[in-house]
Formats: sequence, structure tokens, C-alpha cells
Amino acid sequence: MRENVVIRTVSRLAVPFIQVFALYVIVHGASGAGGGFQGGVVFASSFILMTIAFGLSSVKKRFNNKWIMICSIIGITIYAGIGLLCLILGGNYLEYGIIEATLGIPHLHGYLLDAVEVGIGITVMAVMTSIIYDMAERRGESP
Amino acid sequence: MTVIDHIPVLMIVIPILASLLTLLAGWYDRRFCYPISLITVLFQFGSAIAILLHVMQEGTIRYSVGGWAPPLGIELVVDGFNSYILAAIMLLAAATAVYARRSVETEIGPEKTVSFYVLFQLLITGLVGMTITGDIFNLYVFLEISSIAAYTLIASARRPRAYVASFNYLILGSIAGGFILLGIANLYAATGTLNMADIAQLLPASYGLATVHAAFLFLVIGFSIKAAFFPLHLWLPDAYAESPSAVTILLSTVMAKVSIYAMFRILFSVFTTAYIIDTFPVTGFILFIATVAIVAGAVLAIAQKDLKRMLAYSSVSQVGYIMFALGVANQIALEGGLLHILGHAVMKGCLFMVAGLIIYRMGTSRLSELKGVATTMPISCAAFALAGASMIGIPPTIGFMSKYYLVLGALEAGHWVYAAVLLLGSLLAVGYIWRFIETAYFGGLHSDHNEAHPRTAAREGPLSMLVPIVGLALLCLFLGIFVEGVMEVVGPAVSILLGGA
Amino acid sequence: MIEAFYELFLSRYNYWMAIILMLIGLYALIAKQNLVKKLIGLNIFQTAIFLFYISIGEVEGGTAPIYLPEGVDALYVNPVPHVLMLTAIVVGVSVTAVALSLIVRIYEEYGVIDEDELMQAVRKR
Repeated sequence: MRENVVIRTVSRLAVPFIQVFALYVIVHGASGAGGGFQGGVVFASSFILMTIAFGLSSVKKRFNNKWIMICSIIGITIYAGIGLLCLILGGNYLEYGIIEATLGIPHLHGYLLDAVEVGIGITVMAVMTSIIYDMAERRGESP
Repeated sequence: MTVIDHIPVLMIVIPILASLLTLLAGWYDRRFCYPISLITVLFQFGSAIAILLHVMQEGTIRYSVGGWAPPLGIELVVDGFNSYILAAIMLLAAATAVYARRSVETEIGPEKTVSFYVLFQLLITGLVGMTITGDIFNLYVFLEISSIAAYTLIASARRPRAYVASFNYLILGSIAGGFILLGIANLYAATGTLNMADIAQLLPASYGLATVHAAFLFLVIGFSIKAAFFPLHLWLPDAYAESPSAVTILLSTVMAKVSIYAMFRILFSVFTTAYIIDTFPVTGFILFIATVAIVAGAVLAIAQKDLKRMLAYSSVSQVGYIMFALGVANQIALEGGLLHILGHAVMKGCLFMVAGLIIYRMGTSRLSELKGVATTMPISCAAFALAGASMIGIPPTIGFMSKYYLVLGALEAGHWVYAAVLLLGSLLAVGYIWRFIETAYFGGLHSDHNEAHPRTAAREGPLSMLVPIVGLALLCLFLGIFVEGVMEVVGPAVSILLGGA
Repeated sequence: MIEAFYELFLSRYNYWMAIILMLIGLYALIAKQNLVKKLIGLNIFQTAIFLFYISIGEVEGGTAPIYLPEGVDALYVNPVPHVLMLTAIVVGVSVTAVALSLIVRIYEEYGVIDEDELMQAVRKR
């Protein structure tokens, strides 16, 4: 029983740092090692740590299946939405230069890249968390 | 810049958005999924026909994603060959989408219906992307998207054997993906670019390198596993027989055809005919294996006791016909091969749809329990007979036309023995088609079956399943009668393949 | 003699490492009976391919392909294989996730994960 206290305390302390690091990894995809997928997986690993330490039901109270579905939809919609926005404004799909030329904000190109990465990160986080929810829910009895 | 110019990329983005919409709508009410899927697929079918007409009049469509010009950026290329394949697969996808509603209700069950429609859209995304891309790594990415969707769709049946069949397919499909990735690595090492047209230009300078030979072998083996070309077909019978009927139709018609398209594209457009005929003469070997595939598939099909498994082995045989066209590699045989791609998709789609309808009504597909089913399901069995006649090659159906071109091409290239074996394959096809027709029409009544199932074949199938079946069967006949119209599309497509435009 | 050895083995050691890892992965995939061990073999096979790709992109004397601050002139390795392998790793992870779910369901249904016993159990049902 004593090891539970150590695991729970350390998890509770570490999870915010893991999540901030995940955001750092997502945003640094364009200019360093990182990107949407990697940051999403690191973010999901914080949820996995909480599931292992505290059990499935307490994590599900904060991030239940409905929110997983909404997050995965929002992520891809950001990606497809930015692409279609470039289409509507006259350029090719995902041609960020068109939005920058239309709106006139400098360096918008880079911000849109990061926005797409954030979208991908949200979806990846939601999917990875749903995988661990599904695996942790099964209590396999051998027939 | 109108919508028409952006259609290639919209064909990929719209199914992704439709799958998200299906996920969201299905959470609230399950019955929204079917209309959304149906509207999306019908819209895509219309776009595919529009692309086909546009390409036939104006030539190749080239679309750079993100505005980056090739060879740095990813390019979507739709030429005569692509657009033909795209129209063929969207026709079958639309027919399956109409057919799928009742079949999914029984075979997959209410709790997995939303997942089926979401994965259906993702499978379409992967396959359409694979068809219209002009970048070789993009081809691999879409191949894996469609494969993962296929693994999950096969495993969604209610039978436990589906899990084992899906696991088998997963292992073999991932090995195939690994080999394809290795082939792409070798091509990238030899040329330094990933754009298919660029590789075709840069490759002749390095034809003698072992890197290029290794790339060729890895790519051919990888795509052969995916297309179920004879000795590497072992995943196919289980995967087709154990999956739900709607999924089997998608796999056997759409996914198999796109894998074969990818092989043709790699062999003829990237490694041009100068390589595969002069530098590394592999066409003779492919021709031999294809002939073995035709005979072996047909013989194994005759020996089966289950209707879906029999049709699955028949698919192995028919892939042999298309690879026969690749082995002969002259204009007429390739025209026959491309015609067979469309024809087999339509024929096999109709046959598997009838099998699915029989499972829906009778709950079983074992041939011994289907005696006399033609008395209660006359329309479906008539459609089976018509599509089966096309499979055997009875004029004037499209099966006869494609085999005619294949034999003509083989004779022109001087392969008398192979042409004779091809005709033998048609004779063997009579064997397995006649088994079902004999059981259905002349098997006597199955009076002991009515009490076992509450919803037996007391009447014909529902309209949403009958309309695609009858439509595809009649299409077999009409495509054969009006084959000149189809040849107007196929002829230029073959010129693109052989000429390397 | 030494020159032939050098040219065949030592100067191409990256290809040899990748191929040996690939063969280890394929061996595990084919020869092991446990389904989870087969899956690990598949992962080793895919990892070997990733290493092969990255080793192709090596430029002699190059550094990691991340921009150094302005003014510092440096030779970078080819970043394209790195980017391609990011996508391929994602594909590998997805396939592993699907395979593990299938193994869980097979275990719930048949009670065995061994390949031989599984084939017997499937034939009995």
C-alpha cells in the first residue's frame, strides 16, 4: 500500500510539467525537433500516467468519451478548415501565402503552420487517450 | 480558379470531413450516418465522372498541394489512366453505399454501425488518395491509411474468426508496406526525388545500379502481396470470407483494383517499359506466374463448400488475368487488362452482393444449405447467373470482351500456350459458377430450413439491396454491348502507360 | 584483401546493420508462436527500415538539420528522410495499436494467444 502514495504524489506533481512540455514540443515543430504528432503523444502520456496511478474512473470523470470525440473532431477540422480557407481565398489547398497576402499580417505563414500543428496535436492526444481507455476497460476473463 | 480546378484535392478532403460529420451525427442518432455517407459517396461519384470527362477533353490535370511546385511539393496528377480507375472505383463505392444499409444492420450490429460508416469514409479517402497522387511517398501514406481502415473493417463482423482473419491480413499487409517503404528508400537513394514524373526522368541514368534493381524487386513484391498475386495470396480467402458482406464488396472490388493500379503505375510510369522489358526482363516471369494464378485460383475455387470463400478464390484467379495483361505488355493485351479491371469490379461486386443478400435472408452461405434458393429469390439468382456468365466469358458480356482482348494480345506476342491456358481458365470458371447455379436452381426445396431461421428466404431481398445488384448485373451486359465507348477511354489510357507521357 | 573487406563491410556498415535488424524482425515474425512476440518482430522490422532511411540521408560532416542562429554557417544532413520517417513512425504506431486491440479480442474469445493452439481452437469452433 505504501508504494501507492509515492506513485500518486509523483504523478500529481509531474503531470503539469509533462503537459507544458507537450505544448512546447507541439509549437516547436517548425523550427526544431517536434511537431503535432509527437506533442500529442506526450500530452496523452500524461493522461496515461494518471490512469495508471489513479485508476480509470477518476480520469474518465475529467475527460470522458464525449470530450474525446469532440477533441478529435476539432483537431482535424482545424486542419481541413485552414486548408479549405486557402482554397476559398483563391490559392491551392494549404497555400498559406494566400491568407498572408489577403490579410496583410506579417509572418502569418508561421502562425498558420503552428495552428495546424496544434490541431493535429489535439486529435492525436484524443485518439491515444481513447486507446488507453479502451484497453484499460477490458477485464479479460479466459473462457 | 473555380471549384473544378480544385476537385482533385476536394476528392480527398471531403471524405475526411464526412467521416468527422458521421462521427458527430452518429453520437446523437445512429440513423443519420447512412444518409450522410450516401450523399458524400454519390457526390464523389459525380465528381469522378466530371474529372473523367474533363481529362478526356483537356488532358492531364496537375495540382500542386500547398502551392509548392513539384518536384519539391506534393503533386496530384490525374491523367487518362487515373481518371478511368477513379470512375470505376467510385461507381462500386456508390453501389456499396446504397447496398450497405440493411447488410450492416444485421451483420455488424447496432453498436458498431457508426464505426462502420466512419471507417468506410476513411477507406474511401485512402483509396482515392492512392489513385490520384503523383508523389511516391504519398502513395505509401494513403496505402497505409486504407490498409488500417480495412483491417478494422474486417474485424467488425460478429464472428470470432474475423479477428483471426484480420490479424493475418494485418501481419501480411504490414510486411508488404515495409517492403514498399524499402523500395521507395532505394528509389530515393538512387534519384534524390520523390515525384513520380521526376523519378521517371532521372532513373534511366542509373539503370545499371543494384540500388534500382533492389528497389524494383521490393516494390513488386510489396504490391503483389497487397494485390494478392498468386503465391502471396494467402491472406485473401480468410479476409474475404469472414468479413461482413459490405466490407467484402469494398475489399474485393475497390481495394484490390487500386493495389493493381499502383503496381501498373510503378511498373509502367516510374520504371518505364525500357526497364521492365530491356534492362530487367521480368515480364516473362510475371506472365508465367499469372497463368499459374489463373488455373490455381479457379481449381481452388471449385473445391470450396462456402459461397463467399469460393468467390474469394475466384478473385485470386481474376487478379491473374489482369497480371497476364501486364506480363504480355503490348497495346492490345493492356487494353484487355484495363477493361478487365472495370469488368471484374462490376462482376465481382454483383456476385458478392448476391452472396451478402443470401446471408441477410438465410443466415448462411454454405452451398449445401442453399438448395433451391432460386425459387424464393428469383431476381438475385438471375443477377448471379448474368454476372456469372460474364465471369465465364459468354458473349456479349464485358467478361467476354476483356478475355477476347487478352487472348488477342497474347497471340500477337506469340504466346500460344499462354493463350490456350487462358481459355482453359474460362472453362474452369464454368466449374464454380455452375456449382451455385445447380444448387440454386435445380437443388430441390429446402423445406427443412424454414423453421430454423425466423427470417428465411420466404421472399426476395429488400429494395435497397436489390437495386445495386440488378444495376450491376445489367451493367455487365451493357458495358459488353457498348464496349466501343469504354475503349475510347481505355485506349488513350494504355497509350499513356506504354508511351510514358 | 583488406581493401575488399573494407569496401564490402566497413564502408557500408549502415546497410548491413539495417539488413541484420530487418532479418531479426522477420525471423521473430515468422518463427515465434506467441502473437505479441510476432507483433514485436513487426515493430523491429519497421524500425530497421526507419534506420535505413535516416542513414541514407547522412552528409559527411553534417550536423542535425535544425537551423543554427543567424550568421553561423553549417553543413546540415538531409532533413527529408527525417520528415518522411515521422510519418512512417505514426503509421507503425497505428498498426501496432490495431494489432494489440485484435490480440485482446482474440484472447477474450479463444483464451489463447499461442498460434498453434489458436489454430486448433479456431478449427474446433
